[in-house]
Amino acid sequence: MLFTILSGLIVSLLLLPFGRMLKSKQRILLVVLPAALFLFYLQYIPAVSSGRFLLQSTPWIPSLATNLDFRLDGLSLLFALLITGIGTAIFFYARAYLKDHPYFNRFFGYLCLFMSAMLGIVLADNIFLLFVFWELTSISSFFLIGFNNNDPASRKSAITALTITGMGGFFLLAGLILLGNISGTYTISELIHSRNIIIHHPLYPLVLGLLCMGAFTKSAQFPFHFWLPGAMKAPTPVSAYLHSATMVKAGIYLLARFNPILGGTDLWSNTLMIAGGFTMLYAAFHSLLRTDLKSILAYSTISALGILTFLIGLGTREAVIAASVFILVHALYKATLFLVTGIIDHEAHTRDITRLAGLRKVLLPVAIAGLLAAISSAGVPLTFGFIGKDLIYEATLHAGASLSFILTALAIATNTGLVAAGFMAGIKPFSGKLPVEFEKIHLPSASLWLPPLILAVAGLIFGCIPGIAGQLFSLQAANAIFGSDTQLHLKLWHGFNLVLLLSLATLAAGTFLYYINKPSGKKQHFIQKFNPLSPEFALNRFANGIFGFSTWYTGKFHNGYLRSYHLKILLFAEMLLAYKLWLSGPIKIDFYGLAMLSIYEIAVVVILIGALVMMILTQSRLTAVVSMSIIGYCTCLMFVFYSAPDLAMTQFTIDTLTTVLFVLVLYKLPPFLNLATTWERYRDIAVSLGFGVILSLVALQVHHEAISTQTSEFYANNSYILAKGKNVVNVILVDFRGIDTMFETVVLSIAAIGVYSLLRLRLKTSEKE
Amino acid sequence: MELLLIIVLGLLYAGGVYFILRRSMVKLLLGIMLLGSATNILIFVLGSIVKGSPPVIDADHDTFSGIYADPVPQALILTAIVISFALTAFAIVLLKRVYALVQTDDLDNLNTPEEEDI
Repeated sequence: MLFTILSGLIVSLLLLPFGRMLKSKQRILLVVLPAALFLFYLQYIPAVSSGRFLLQSTPWIPSLATNLDFRLDGLSLLFALLITGIGTAIFFYARAYLKDHPYFNRFFGYLCLFMSAMLGIVLADNIFLLFVFWELTSISSFFLIGFNNNDPASRKSAITALTITGMGGFFLLAGLILLGNISGTYTISELIHSRNIIIHHPLYPLVLGLLCMGAFTKSAQFPFHFWLPGAMKAPTPVSAYLHSATMVKAGIYLLARFNPILGGTDLWSNTLMIAGGFTMLYAAFHSLLRTDLKSILAYSTISALGILTFLIGLGTREAVIAASVFILVHALYKATLFLVTGIIDHEAHTRDITRLAGLRKVLLPVAIAGLLAAISSAGVPLTFGFIGKDLIYEATLHAGASLSFILTALAIATNTGLVAAGFMAGIKPFSGKLPVEFEKIHLPSASLWLPPLILAVAGLIFGCIPGIAGQLFSLQAANAIFGSDTQLHLKLWHGFNLVLLLSLATLAAGTFLYYINKPSGKKQHFIQKFNPLSPEFALNRFANGIFGFSTWYTGKFHNGYLRSYHLKILLFAEMLLAYKLWLSGPIKIDFYGLAMLSIYEIAVVVILIGALVMMILTQSRLTAVVSMSIIGYCTCLMFVFYSAPDLAMTQFTIDTLTTVLFVLVLYKLPPFLNLATTWERYRDIAVSLGFGVILSLVALQVHHEAISTQTSEFYANNSYILAKGKNVVNVILVDFRGIDTMFETVVLSIAAIGVYSLLRLRLKTSEKE
Repeated sequence: MELLLIIVLGLLYAGGVYFILRRSMVKLLLGIMLLGSATNILIFVLGSIVKGSPPVIDADHDTFSGIYADPVPQALILTAIVISFALTAFAIVLLKRVYALVQTDDLDNLNTPEEEDI
């Protein structure tokens, strides 16, 4: 199983450098990958449908409990077949759909990456592995939504989708880690043994909430649904593949996979049923008001995902059976409808259903596919959708005495909406009179219309032989979701009963709704008035808020004034140092250990302080420079007093040089201006005095600590013995640390070159401006 | 004595910080020089301070016999003085050139307007 995932990743990598070399005839080779994988997984049907499962484990990062553990059971196999089977159709279709696109290789690279990641999710048996693939699907979805990257709306949708699903992934990771910590294992199939520990653990509600956040964001449940209609900016094959048939079902897969582990509690059922129930009704209603084909399909997809969440939440045997069948039903008809939409868009260059009509006359095979998908979505008898719908009603009717009435009503309302939405997408564009503008449309190549037709016919065939289809695909999937045997057995005919009656009533109501509901731009405008209430609006407000805050913050802290940067840095340093000083406790001063004080020293310090005050107060630049040199000479005398003759000599030379340079170079400058306000002056005085006091205290504190004299002793003892020099400071500089000094000389030379060249540089007249 | 040096370095730091908070370029430079002197004295104080016995070995001995001043801070400060001179010299010349270009000593006049917000 590992190689099936790796093969997609490798092909994806190879496509980037070598994809452009593929001639358009050779591109059919790309279809080989999903087709081969599809055949590979088909061969496991006999084994898996008899209740066995496959395991494969390869160590990856054992120290982090992350291994390449894969497990193929009924649920995984159902999804793997959907991913590779629909993948084959999509690859085949996209090859023709994006025939002349310049980024053809990039598109298929992303698509292969996505297929591998999605296979990884459904096969992974390690929760970290699951998470890695989960994030990979979000990333590939981001690239595919933003595929038309010169369209701003496309880029915005891609970012919205990544934000929502990425946030969900973050919560999911937290939930998975908590789950692993509670149960002590990171292997999904082993978690089920810890079920009792998990559901009675005090952190259980948190785990459940985090996991649901992951699933709901990925599967577009209210209030996180709004990224999915935006995701329709992607090329149509992507919408069909990622955003209806497979990726958005990753959340459903997660809920189904964890149903035997976390499910069965009131909290689980209520959360899922409320979220799913509200989403399915809300989205079914919205789908009726749209005029863009892809929008209609997007909302009906959200609604279908809501139904699935709702069914898993319901959790009864019938509900689980209905869910496992409906996953397949929905994938087949929704992918078909999307592909049909893609053809219409490709040929008629519009997706507006108020303009589209009569296309059956020019696109007959496409019209057949659309019709079959629409009736399957409506649940007309003899289609697979009919079986799915029956099972949903059976599940709601058996939900328990008090609930069954409400839940059935809810399901009928939703399904009525979906029937009408399916008709709008699959029948409306093909019925009626063909407008003149579309008369010149020709049927595209079979590469485009064959995949949707095959998928639609598959829905019809499964509908005619539900027993076999159920046995092959759904039985073990349902068992995996339910946690024990569901005894699933699908039948075409149940006799005249309430379920059949409800099913036919829904069909009739949906058809009626389709005839009376005329979607128009007006209705869409009306619904847009409620936008300020939508979660999308709230997210935008939030994002704008963050943007505004960062602009304000940057403006405040990065205002372009050097002194304001100095002020902030110094204040921060003061706070940090003051805190550290406060932590280290009171400062002790040992007066007896200090060197003696003489009158000369006091005199020098008084002169130094006088010069400093003079320097600060003066308006004259020359006075300031002279004061600076007085301070330098005073420091020099200090060095003389305290046994540092070398320092004194150096300081004396350098100080003289600096003063001369200052006076020579800067004699033309104007006197200092008084630019600061009084308040600023006092603030700066406070900050600088604070800094001086803190540094003094630090010096006192450090001075009190015993220092290590090891280094000094080494130099002192070896100065003559090793380096034959008696002035230890000089020996350190030119011998022990000779290379440092050499580079110091280099620095000085560079500075000298800089000074020389700046002085020699003559200004051109143009530069003076 | 040490306390005196500690007071001096505190004052030099305070003066240096006050100067680098001004708008004048010359004052900024003077402030940096003050901070440099203050830091030199800080390093000096952190070693053991001794009067009248520089770290030079007597002519007739191979190693120190009595007390001596710590040579390591002195070597560090010597390097620091020389490097800060290189910095100061370059900054002075640079300042002259900036003044020749913009005819002002005010740092605020050097701000180039940043590009408009995206």
